[in-house]
Amino acid sequence: MSSTVAAVPALGPALPEIVLALGALALVLIGAIRGDRSTGLVNAITVALIAAAGVMVAMQGGGKVSTFNGAFVVDGFARFMKLAMLIGAAVALVMAGDYMRKEKVHQFEFPILVLLSTLGMMLMISANDLIAVYLGLELSSLSLYVIAAIRRDDVRSTEAGLKYFVLGALSSGMLLYGASLIYGFTGSVSFAGIAKALQGEAGTGAIFGLVFILAGLAFKISAVPFHMWTPDVYEGAPTPVTAFFAAAPKVAAIALLVRVVMTAFPGITGQWQQIVVFIAIASMGLGAFAAIGQRNIKRLLAYSSIGHVGFALVGLAAGTAGGVQGVATYMAIYLVMTLGSFAVLLSMERDGEYVETIDDLAGLGRTDPVMAFVFAMLLFSLAGIPPLAGFFAKWYVFAAAVEAKLYALAVIGVLTSVVGTYYYLRLVKIMYFDEPKAAFEPAGGVVRAVVLASGAFVFLFWLWPAPLVNAAGAAAKSLF
Amino acid sequence: MEIGLSHYLTVAAMLFTLGVFGIFVNRKNVIVILMSVELILLAVNVNLVAFSTSAGDLVGQIFALLILTVAAAEAAIGLAILVVFYRNRGSIAVEDINVMKG
Repeated sequence: MSSTVAAVPALGPALPEIVLALGALALVLIGAIRGDRSTGLVNAITVALIAAAGVMVAMQGGGKVSTFNGAFVVDGFARFMKLAMLIGAAVALVMAGDYMRKEKVHQFEFPILVLLSTLGMMLMISANDLIAVYLGLELSSLSLYVIAAIRRDDVRSTEAGLKYFVLGALSSGMLLYGASLIYGFTGSVSFAGIAKALQGEAGTGAIFGLVFILAGLAFKISAVPFHMWTPDVYEGAPTPVTAFFAAAPKVAAIALLVRVVMTAFPGITGQWQQIVVFIAIASMGLGAFAAIGQRNIKRLLAYSSIGHVGFALVGLAAGTAGGVQGVATYMAIYLVMTLGSFAVLLSMERDGEYVETIDDLAGLGRTDPVMAFVFAMLLFSLAGIPPLAGFFAKWYVFAAAVEAKLYALAVIGVLTSVVGTYYYLRLVKIMYFDEPKAAFEPAGGVVRAVVLASGAFVFLFWLWPAPLVNAAGAAAKSLF
Repeated sequence: MEIGLSHYLTVAAMLFTLGVFGIFVNRKNVIVILMSVELILLAVNVNLVAFSTSAGDLVGQIFALLILTVAAAEAAIGLAILVVFYRNRGSIAVEDINVMKG
């Protein structure tokens, strides 16, 4: 440690984060002074801030810049994942407006908490040492616990918040215990230092640390065997909150997991590969089978998201640049599909009440053919049926796994994807062949626009996949 | 007997195990779960400080300070969620957190 006064670190690379942080503080003031009347204003400013952060991230130029003593890094991978995550957060927030007004949970705290958790997720994606990982993760998680319980008078919402909190706190504890072991046995918290200390062979202590860190991160991405909170939180939280949970935090946590294993543990690939292969197989399997019996669409989408995380992990298990490219492509496409599905769910309003069981979809093909067609396309895409976007997402991760000679993993992935197709097709069957129920009330303009835009994306992706796939490829290369 | 790094690590490992078991075995009260979470974080702090002193590297102690700060925020949020849950359900017994299942 030198005795000179530390110079102010370069703030430029962290400009989007700084803007979000200052914006959040200003919005708290606005909300505190004007009360719940300001909710609409706070919501609009939050979306504007997230959009501004997105523009700044996109303008950050190429190359790899790190600051704050190497704790914070901006590279192609961080930019790609941040853009995806910010799009997810902004769309979820825009969709939330109508629902929150109708359900009378119109509190100004909601957009601010979404903003803070978005900020935490940006820090997670850019984290380059274990302290930054922990602080980013906690900033996002603490905000997420509160927004899961945002309906203070609803027993299911508060129960979702409580369950998420208890299991989330346990998972951060495991992550931290792993971080402390890694620090002790490698003598460093920075990813570069850890990678330098762990070349070739790793001692038992470091392996224990790796296992605990992966367990903590598996919680955040809701991978089996740490998925228990997902269905309950998805079901209990208000639908726009669930849409946010399914989109942004998943992308950020996967990005963090990829960065940790690729830049901190590249020397012991054999060790983490086994773990990732196991949780990928377990997640794909559970996602395929456990969703079959679900009647609640949110619960069904929760199990579907567990399965999709498993598919994304197939790409990570390959441990190559191609695999990471697959993961990045997968998460971007998954983000669009999941936002579209939740937009459909948000348009299911009948007699002034939002409904969410699969039987409520009956006959949607006759009462609202456009919505039914788009939802069917989204479901086919989630199932991975060509030529929709979801097929290409799976194609890239399975191709990477085959290239890395993980044949068994790829075969199991394809098989579970076939099993998963069953429950997606059942929804399509209910929409088109069951006796129609009363039509839904016309959806708000924003929700409808999100449905149509995501439908157009999954339907037309095959025409012009190059921009996304090349961007993901450039992002993946920056990690190697 | 000289008290060395391994003794501190053993204590921390025991505290951590107690914390994890406190969360899973406990069927009575959510407050006990919050206490178990604190126990886990304290185990981590013992680990970090022990490693930091034995290696003569300050980073571990800074990490421990940051964990203390975040743990305070985490406990506050946990108790706040627990209070709203109690208002709706009228109970904070672990077996009563069962509205959603499956």
